[in-house]
Amino acid sequence: MTIIHEITVLPGINKQGEREEFIPIIIRPGDCLSIVGPTGSGKTAFINDIEVFAQGDTATKRIVLVNGEVPDEMLVRDPAQKPIAMITQNTKCFADLTVNDFLIMHIKARGLSDASIVDRVISVANGFTGEYVTPEMRVTSLSGGQTRALLISDALVIGNKPIILLDEIENAGIFKEKVISCLKNNKRAVIFVTHDPYVALLSERRIVMKNGAVTKVIEPGPSEEAALFEIRRMDECLHSLRERIRSGEQILGIA
Amino acid sequence: MILIIVAGPPSSGKTSVIRQIIRHFISEKKITYLKIDVVQAFEDEELKKEFGIPTRKVYSGDLCPDHTGIMVLEDAITWAENEEADILIFESAGLCLRCTPYTTQSLGICVISSISGVNAPLKMAPMVALADIAVVTKTDLISQAEKEVFRECIEKVTNTTEIIETNALEGTGLRYLMRRINEAPTLAKGDKVLLRGSPPLGVCTICVGKKEIGWQHHFGVVRPLDGADNIYRGD
Ligand SMILES: Nc1nc2c(ncn2[C@@H]2O[C@H](COP(=O)(O)OP(=O)(O)OP(=O)(O)O)[C@@H](O)[C@H]2O)c(=O)[nH]1
Ligand SMILES: Nc1ncnc2c1ncn2[C@@H]1O[C@H](COP(=O)(O)OP(=O)(O)OP(=O)(O)O)[C@@H](O)[C@H]1O
Ligand SMILES: [Mg+2]
Ligand SMILES: [Mg+2]
Repeated sequence: MTIIHEITVLPGINKQGEREEFIPIIIRPGDCLSIVGPTGSGKTAFINDIEVFAQGDTATKRIVLVNGEVPDEMLVRDPAQKPIAMITQNTKCFADLTVNDFLIMHIKARGLSDASIVDRVISVANGFTGEYVTPEMRVTSLSGGQTRALLISDALVIGNKPIILLDEIENAGIFKEKVISCLKNNKRAVIFVTHDPYVALLSERRIVMKNGAVTKVIEPGPSEEAALFEIRRMDECLHSLRERIRSGEQILGIA
Repeated sequence: MILIIVAGPPSSGKTSVIRQIIRHFISEKKITYLKIDVVQAFEDEELKKEFGIPTRKVYSGDLCPDHTGIMVLEDAITWAENEEADILIFESAGLCLRCTPYTTQSLGICVISSISGVNAPLKMAPMVALADIAVVTKTDLISQAEKEVFRECIEKVTNTTEIIETNALEGTGLRYLMRRINEAPTLAKGDKVLLRGSPPLGVCTICVGKKEIGWQHHFGVVRPLDGADNIYRGD
């Protein structure tokens, strides 16, 4: 299997067909990038390009290289070799199977045999969500948050993908910072689309989209640390407030 | 001329895939399109309006749509040749999953939606197995895990059909389909074209209009409730 040292995204065109101007974006294992921009600005299109290893054949005309070269066809097409898993804004499970059977089918499709992997996937998933997933639940009846937690864990444990693309995970009601730190700790490259200020500042690089094009790549270094500290505090405050509302409290003060 | 035959169950994304094919080839090739459907179809008008290509449709009405397709295909080829077309795209109604409308000297594409359930490929085995390519649509709605599981389900049915996954609305991943079309066999004027598969047993007396229930009232291929296993198994 090809070892992925880096993935390079070369500029394409914006929605008017004008060249976008950016220095080739290089993504390496362990990197963490966020994609931000107004709705409709092309964030999903950007990570789609990475997912399909665009060769100038998508709407954006971008080109994606692996280790500096046009990727081998098998790397793109053979699911076992493909180094990328994407969890989309729409991702659902349609298979009419229990969590256990679904994971076993995936394990078999991968030619793996160790059945204890199932427990590992479920326990990692349960680290991402407050509502526990159990093996006998049907995948079709999982909530949006549970589904994504399970699929992210599946991509990490069974898929063993070095690159994971996440489209707006904050909407799913999962512990987003846990997901990101877990993926980082496992040396995965994580690229996520987000509208959430806290998640956006958790990345080391921020790609800013407008009108279908990348307009800026920000590498804040330590310059945003103070802000991040403050946002984390606000996020924790909102989190506890959310929990209090969920548990039926009447909110008379937010301290 | 290249003949492309597109089959697949209703709403699986046949027209969406065809739209991507037309978009890709329109600047270099003259394309014609024929839709077979049972009672209603709008694709011919939509595609004509969108791309300005010659299109036609045929309603099968009370007749089996695949039967209708086979009846009219030769005339359709002549029509497309008279239009000096480089490509004729034939979209089936895709109702009976037993029949396979693919022919020799054509590129057979089976369009199947990834959200139609893990047993779907098995249920329409002949349609998948006799195709050159299975295009799996709506992969934007499912996870990588489910994509892999679905692929495995198709591979259980056949290992000769090339699998191409796509979000047909955006056309992602279709570069391999376009390559196959570029390499597709061509149909020369006057070529004898045959169905690829063996058709189901016929003639069916019910199709001909006999309404009585009970095998005693029919002839041809009959079966009682007991004592007859699979009389006939297809491809
Ligand atoms: N999200 C998503 N929707 C799709 C995709 N492909 C098709 N659709 C939608 O599915 C519906 C049916 O698509 P069509 O292309 O009309 O399907 P068809 O097989 O031609 O349908 P009939 O000819 O009526 O049998 C439409 O609403 C499409 O927009 C896809 O890849 N992703
Ligand atoms: N460079 C481009 N050229 C042409 N079309 C583009 C380009 N970039 C994006 N698009 C198209 O614009 C539409 C909106 O883009 P996209 O879905 O990526 O937006 P988004 O930023 O993810 O929005 P949201 O925040 O609502 O999810 C899509 O149909 C996409 O294919
Ligand atoms: Mg989006
Ligand atoms: Mg159609």
